Amino acid sequence: MADEAHGAAEAAAPGMPQLDFSTFSNQIFWLVIAIVAIYLILSRVALPRIGAVLAERNGTITNDIAAAEDLKRQAAEAEDAYNKALADARAEAQAIAAEVREEIKADLADATAKADADISAKAAESAARIEEVRAGALEAVEAVAKDTAAEIVAALAPAAADESAIAAAVTNRVKG
Amino acid sequence: MSEDAHSEETVDAHGAEAAHGADAGHAADAAHGAEGGLQIHPMDQFIVEPLFGDGGIGMFSITNVTLWLFLAVIAVVLLMVVGTRGRAIVPSRAQSVAELTYGFIRKMVEDVAGKDALVFFPYIMTLFLFILMANFLGLLPMSFTTTSHIAVTAVLAMAVFLTVTAVGFIKNGVGFLGLFWVSSAPMALRPILAIIELISYFVRPVSHSIRLAGNVMAGHAVIKVFAGFAGVLGLGAVAPVIAITAVYGLEVLVAFIQAYVFTILTCVYLKDALHPSH
Amino acid sequence: MEGDLAHIGAGLAAIGSGAAAIGVGHVAGNFLSGALRNPSAAAGQTATLFIGIAFAEALGIFAFLVALLLMFAV
Repeated sequence: MADEAHGAAEAAAPGMPQLDFSTFSNQIFWLVIAIVAIYLILSRVALPRIGAVLAERNGTITNDIAAAEDLKRQAAEAEDAYNKALADARAEAQAIAAEVREEIKADLADATAKADADISAKAAESAARIEEVRAGALEAVEAVAKDTAAEIVAALAPAAADESAIAAAVTNRVKG
Repeated sequence: MSEDAHSEETVDAHGAEAAHGADAGHAADAAHGAEGGLQIHPMDQFIVEPLFGDGGIGMFSITNVTLWLFLAVIAVVLLMVVGTRGRAIVPSRAQSVAELTYGFIRKMVEDVAGKDALVFFPYIMTLFLFILMANFLGLLPMSFTTTSHIAVTAVLAMAVFLTVTAVGFIKNGVGFLGLFWVSSAPMALRPILAIIELISYFVRPVSHSIRLAGNVMAGHAVIKVFAGFAGVLGLGAVAPVIAITAVYGLEVLVAFIQAYVFTILTCVYLKDALHPSH
Repeated sequence: MEGDLAHIGAGLAAIGSGAAAIGVGHVAGNFLSGALRNPSAAAGQTATLFIGIAFAEALGIFAFLVALLLMFAV
């Protein structure tokens, strides 16, 4: 080191070490080495690595969001399907209910018709029987009248007691 | 803080010893001489000393500057390389910090200087991390703050200045001089403004470097002054200790803000070089 | 006596630090009042804030440097 440099350093050293020019070359030399070292480390190793990690994370996040969207869509689809199934089931239930109702109505109508038929059949039967009874009664009345007439005729005029004639006469009378 | 005893005799008596850094640990004592009374030497912490042996400081001698620059490099490596070795998608704490720093500076470069300045991103990242780590390491007790030295910050600032000027002329050719010709001003004012712009352009590296060194130096010196008071007061030194704590907190903030300001100003200068139109 | 004059000069130069403090206060205060009026635009302007503070502060640092030079280097 030159003596002049030391002379200058002498004045400054006790006061401001920052102005001690004799140390400048040393500081600058090591500073340049440090800066170049940091620059190389950062530009070669650290920054590409961090950039890659960040890009990868962005990719992952994008993928995850896409996956989430997909799942959401699937969930919506499932819900739609569920709603559709529910509506179908409801419609079916309504259809079944309607069918059952129709069936019951038909059964009821059948039963009513049957009952009606029964009733009318019975009524007809009853009417027939009444007619029969009435006919029977008329016949009985005719028979009684014939018998009575025959008896009367036999009692009044035994000679004239022709049964067939009397019967025809009575029948005529009854009918007329 | 210089005492009266810095008279000719003291310097003469101790001159040779001090200049050659007689003994690494005693360079400061030698420089100050032996005196009584209030002894506060706030600037002693900035003295550059050889780590091994004695003798002068040559260009390649290993000094405390070398040590703390090396530690700053180690700190950067620990954070940016060792911290991110996992390359995890879900990051560890160190990796989050590294990624946060990466994103912070990248966004700053992009926002302030524009997308085409991303070529300089590693360079700006280097500046930021180096200054940040050097500032924080300098806040450790008994440490040496490399960024408090004008020599260091001047090199950083001159590197930025030369890069920016070179980039400006390479990208824009003579058009870069349009930076000094304020086309939006009235014609009569333009020459005056050009002179002012020119001066302010060349003051940039000066203010750029002195801002950083001055801030760091001032904070450390203030802490040392209060520490000197505390030393004099002994056990009753409550007020100085509180003051040291407060200033230290401020210094932690300043350490970050100065790194940030240095970086963002680099981006601003870079923007001027890439897009010189006003 | 020479040293004493230098000390006085250093003290005078240190006034510049106070002036820088006023400047920084102006920058920060105006930023805050603007930010309170339009908080949504404030976040994008923090970089500008720091640049402004840095420029204002640089001049104070110059004063501080002059003081230091007068104290130690003259």
